[in-house]
Amino acid sequence: MEHGSVADSTASSFSIMEEDHTLANSVRFVLNQDPRVAFCGYSIPHPADNKVNIRVQTTGDPAKDVMVDALQDLMVMCQHARGTFDTAVADFRANKPMERMDIDLNKS
Amino acid sequence: MDMDDVPTQQRNKLPDHLERQRTRVTCKADAPTHTQGFQYSGAFAAMGVDNSVSVEKFCNSFKIKINRLTEDDMEFDMIGVDASIANAFRRILIAEVPTMAIEKVFMVDNTSVIADEVLSHRLGLIPLDADPRLFDHISDDVPNERNTIVYKLHVSCEKGSQRLTVKSGQLEWLPEGSQLLMASAAQGEKQKTYTSFGQSQKNISGRSIGVKYKDITIARLGPGQAIELEAHAVKGVGKVHAKWSPVATAWYRMLPEVVLLKEIKDGEAEELVKKCPVNVFDIEDLGNGAKRAVVARPRACTLCRECVMGPTGEQVELRRVRDHFIFTIESTGALPPEVLFTEAVKILEEKCERVISELS
Ligand code: SF4
Repeated sequence: MEHGSVADSTASSFSIMEEDHTLANSVRFVLNQDPRVAFCGYSIPHPADNKVNIRVQTTGDPAKDVMVDALQDLMVMCQHARGTFDTAVADFRANKPMERMDIDLNKS
Repeated sequence: MDMDDVPTQQRNKLPDHLERQRTRVTCKADAPTHTQGFQYSGAFAAMGVDNSVSVEKFCNSFKIKINRLTEDDMEFDMIGVDASIANAFRRILIAEVPTMAIEKVFMVDNTSVIADEVLSHRLGLIPLDADPRLFDHISDDVPNERNTIVYKLHVSCEKGSQRLTVKSGQLEWLPEGSQLLMASAAQGEKQKTYTSFGQSQKNISGRSIGVKYKDITIARLGPGQAIELEAHAVKGVGKVHAKWSPVATAWYRMLPEVVLLKEIKDGEAEELVKKCPVNVFDIEDLGNGAKRAVVARPRACTLCRECVMGPTGEQVELRRVRDHFIFTIESTGALPPEVLFTEAVKILEEKCERVISELS
């Protein structure tokens, strides 16, 4: 849910249900690294509520667009991280056959 | 400092002390300094230095190096990522990657000394060797072969015999579903059990779904005591209950960097080497009896800060590299650790996707 004003689209608070620091802190990081963002922060209003509020103020672009871009960037970063990780695992396996196998050989 | 004083070739590089504050956490004898870092993209705009991280920049600098990978634990270096993202992965691994765990226990008979609820709790914590990706979350309480795994435990200790230890391996998987009959069947109707399986679970899994470790003690029975129960496992996540957490632990530490600010020689060098409990320092022979301390194994540093206290304190600086994480995952067995990590990253992606679709 977005709380903004009709007159000024450059500042909005986003209230996201069922999320916590996991998403909010990552998104805050990505938003802060975006040159279009003037201010960004998040808070969990009450630890018993399962929601976070993310505040975004921009230098001119609509806050919602910047937020969506940040989420998309985060997704691309995750995909890249996953790809890199999978290659690293494959490389590791190719170069070093599982240690477990050696142990099994010794046993038999 | 006035901007005009700065030679142009230096404009796009931060001065050393700021670069260090940006990329390192320094651990002093009493407390660490510069723990926050510089998040804001325009933090150094006045100096002509761009502090933003675009996706391309991230993709170019992100690296993963696997150090150890076994069946149920792994360690790898994750380089070029902010703590907020590394922490998101860690949090998801612990609390949001789903697994299967025993949630409902139907107690037919329990004459052992261990109370029903304690016994049920113990059963819940037993890691199951079931791939959670094959199952759905249970919705509106109809247990079927797609969302419930059923186990039976029926043990008794004969009168006059030795005491008996009940192990997790004695849980028997029921691929056809529950064998317990519901109390009241209307006349002429077939009696219903507590699950409604459409097919055998053997078709779904391809192998038997047992417990991961067969030697976990569940209870001990004295002569004449017995336990008969049926346990139903469902899919869930660690934030609801720790029994669903797929990892024993998942943690990271930042890469330690130990720097000798001055040359440390002879007696002082030996003292320094002796001080460090994990042997970070070594002695280098300079010939004709002279010795010098060198940093040989900075990775082993546990940050006990022993070396920055006392007389050598001024000569040693302890730092941590802000974007280099040594990540360790210990799986409880349902999924191998490398799969857990990919699953965790996928979950973060799904979270983004959900919010994007809600916003547009
Ligand atoms: S902080 Fe402790 S472990 Fe690290 S180098 Fe110093 S004495 Fe060794």
